[in-house]
Amino acid sequence: MALKGLDIFKLSPKKNCKECGSPTCMAFSMKVAQGAVSLDKCPYFSEEAKASLNEATAPPMKTIKVGTGDKEYSLGGETVLFRHEKTFVSRTRYAVTVCSCMDDAAIDAKLAEIKSVDYERIGERMFTEMIYVNYAPAAGKEKYLELVKKAAGLDRVLILGCEDPEVAAEAVALVKDQKPVLNGANASNYEAMSKVATDAGVTLGVQGADINELYDTLAALEKLGNKNLIFDCGVNSVKEAYQIAVQFRKAAIKDGNRTCGYPSIVRLDRLSGGDKHLQAALLSLFTMKYGSIIVLDQMTYAEANPVYGLRQNLFTDPQKPMKVEPGIYPLNGADENSVCLTTVDFALTYFLVSGELERSGVPCNLIINDAGGLSVLTSWAAGKFSAGTIAKFFAEQDIEGKVKSRKLVIPGKVAVLKGELESKIPGWEIIIAPREAVQLVKFMKEL
Amino acid sequence: MPFTAKSGKFNAKINTVEVGTGDKAIKLGGENVFPFYTFDDAIENAPKVGIEITDGGMENEPECVQNLYEGCTTVVDMAKKAVTFDGVDFLSIRLEGGDPNGKNKSTEELIQIVKDVADAVDVPLVVCGCKNVEKDAELLDKAAAALDGKNAMILAAKEENYKTIGASAGLAYKQIVGAESAVDINLAKQLNVLLTQLGVDAKTIVMNAGTAAVGYGFDYVISTLDRVKAAALSQGDATLQMPIITPVASETWTVKESTASEEDMPEWGNLEERGIDMEVETAAAVLAAGSDAVILKHPESVRTIKAMISELI
Repeated sequence: MALKGLDIFKLSPKKNCKECGSPTCMAFSMKVAQGAVSLDKCPYFSEEAKASLNEATAPPMKTIKVGTGDKEYSLGGETVLFRHEKTFVSRTRYAVTVCSCMDDAAIDAKLAEIKSVDYERIGERMFTEMIYVNYAPAAGKEKYLELVKKAAGLDRVLILGCEDPEVAAEAVALVKDQKPVLNGANASNYEAMSKVATDAGVTLGVQGADINELYDTLAALEKLGNKNLIFDCGVNSVKEAYQIAVQFRKAAIKDGNRTCGYPSIVRLDRLSGGDKHLQAALLSLFTMKYGSIIVLDQMTYAEANPVYGLRQNLFTDPQKPMKVEPGIYPLNGADENSVCLTTVDFALTYFLVSGELERSGVPCNLIINDAGGLSVLTSWAAGKFSAGTIAKFFAEQDIEGKVKSRKLVIPGKVAVLKGELESKIPGWEIIIAPREAVQLVKFMKEL
Repeated sequence: MPFTAKSGKFNAKINTVEVGTGDKAIKLGGENVFPFYTFDDAIENAPKVGIEITDGGMENEPECVQNLYEGCTTVVDMAKKAVTFDGVDFLSIRLEGGDPNGKNKSTEELIQIVKDVADAVDVPLVVCGCKNVEKDAELLDKAAAALDGKNAMILAAKEENYKTIGASAGLAYKQIVGAESAVDINLAKQLNVLLTQLGVDAKTIVMNAGTAAVGYGFDYVISTLDRVKAAALSQGDATLQMPIITPVASETWTVKESTASEEDMPEWGNLEERGIDMEVETAAAVLAAGSDAVILKHPESVRTIKAMISELI
């Protein structure tokens, strides 16, 4: 709930001592309201005033950190419901499930599959970041603890799915330094589970038979003082899980209901009924609508390629264009003698152009300029994609040393650059491409 | 204390547009809540799923799709088979062969195919152009005439050719007019306004507000659809209350995730699985952003998306 500067000013000491760095208490209060400075900068606010303001200025949705080191992930902390309002901040994370009810061979195969998807897409490492380790009471405690140890060896964040506080305590003890999530508090065991989680300093996952029981259990845990929580959207039905994910997010962000302001965990391993394509569809749905952690039966390249692309698109800053790394991209098995094409580093341009070029099947070198991540015409208008910048980029990257071809295709929209380019990079034959990427296939085949 | 949520029901509604005739006719739109928010209010018309074939018949289809149409030799055979797959609400025929930069088939040849297909099936029809604005003006004008009385959707009129297509499909033959704009809420709104100024009934317009495969600039698609729905429902903007249809197949089956062979990308695994998941995940995402209908290619994708919709509605 946003506080106005005046509300803060009312509680301020009104001394105008300048110790906070602002000229007056009023100015300081305005800055605090905007989030530009922290309230702690003022030494004279009464504890009481601070407590009430901290409560009021706290974000509507908590940021929960799990994992450690370079595998530490922030969950939640969102301030909006739609990405065009303000950037979404915490990417959805994906987990694959293993269970102590599985036999050893199946477990090993699953763990190997988890490791097999690992690649880079526009500068971001894409892999299954978490493993959900499920406890099956029938298989016994020892087997579960062994499984936890084995899974811990994969250097992923673990989610321990266990509703038995005693087993949970032993399992958490094995891996607590890795800051796992313990998912298994419910209406009947929450006090004991909360103790296990807080003693070990790990995040507690909360479940409920329905949306009301879940809400009440979250409230009861908050009463115990545990606010390091995430909520499980349940395993009853897809419809109910979607309702919980959406309504809790909305209640937290729009209505300021803090009890709902925790990240979510969505159990697609249980909700998809073994239908892997349905699981893929739901994976995409819950990435769009408010899943913080999504647990899956499987994550192979078939599911991963689209969903990591979706996630990358969804969580970008709508004000900041997505950029690809400038450089030479050989396509269709191009070598140093293949024709060169050049364009800007705006990710959308790159994908459209490289996609069409790949479809043409003609070997070529796509040279991506550093154009500030803007589209062709925008960067040209901004002076970031001109004959001068192209020539400079060619010199910096030693393009002439790396490729032998001296044919360079430039985007049709900047055909005007031809003459100047010919003088700036002598020896190159400058060819003008069509104006639209879709026309490239035909153009390349006839080149 | 049980959880109480504020209702997210709006006073404004998306227009209800009926496509097709008879028992198999479908209704698009009509909702007054965000996508699949049935807890805010009942959603009368679930989003619809169409299956796409092209004038090229089998030859342009990926191998995995060809296998499912085994035994079909003509486009009409494929149309008959397509409507039998589980979950198909409507049939879309894309006249990609009309593209002057491609096969450049004649308008007469293509319209004959459209007529034959229309005679062979009884589900609602969507006719998609070849993406060349001049050719589409001619092609879709003739298609609207050929499908007189079928209440078909003509996809689509664009800013460059809306006069011809709008006048023909919207005014002369009373078909449903698809209005296509390129992932920008202002362009979408402008085209709707232009079409209504031309005299096309706003209640017969369906938007294609732009599309992409996930990972390929899909951020713009999400925000465009999110904003269109927000403007239509929360601000009651009547010029954006048209239902949205999103052709998904034509985007997802050309990206490398769906085309790179298993020899080239052995670690990526089965090609068919990759193609289906790309299509399914893109379709689920556009539905989550507010599309009222999607057009898919693989029958398994159709079944899956239909199953997802029935889980949620």
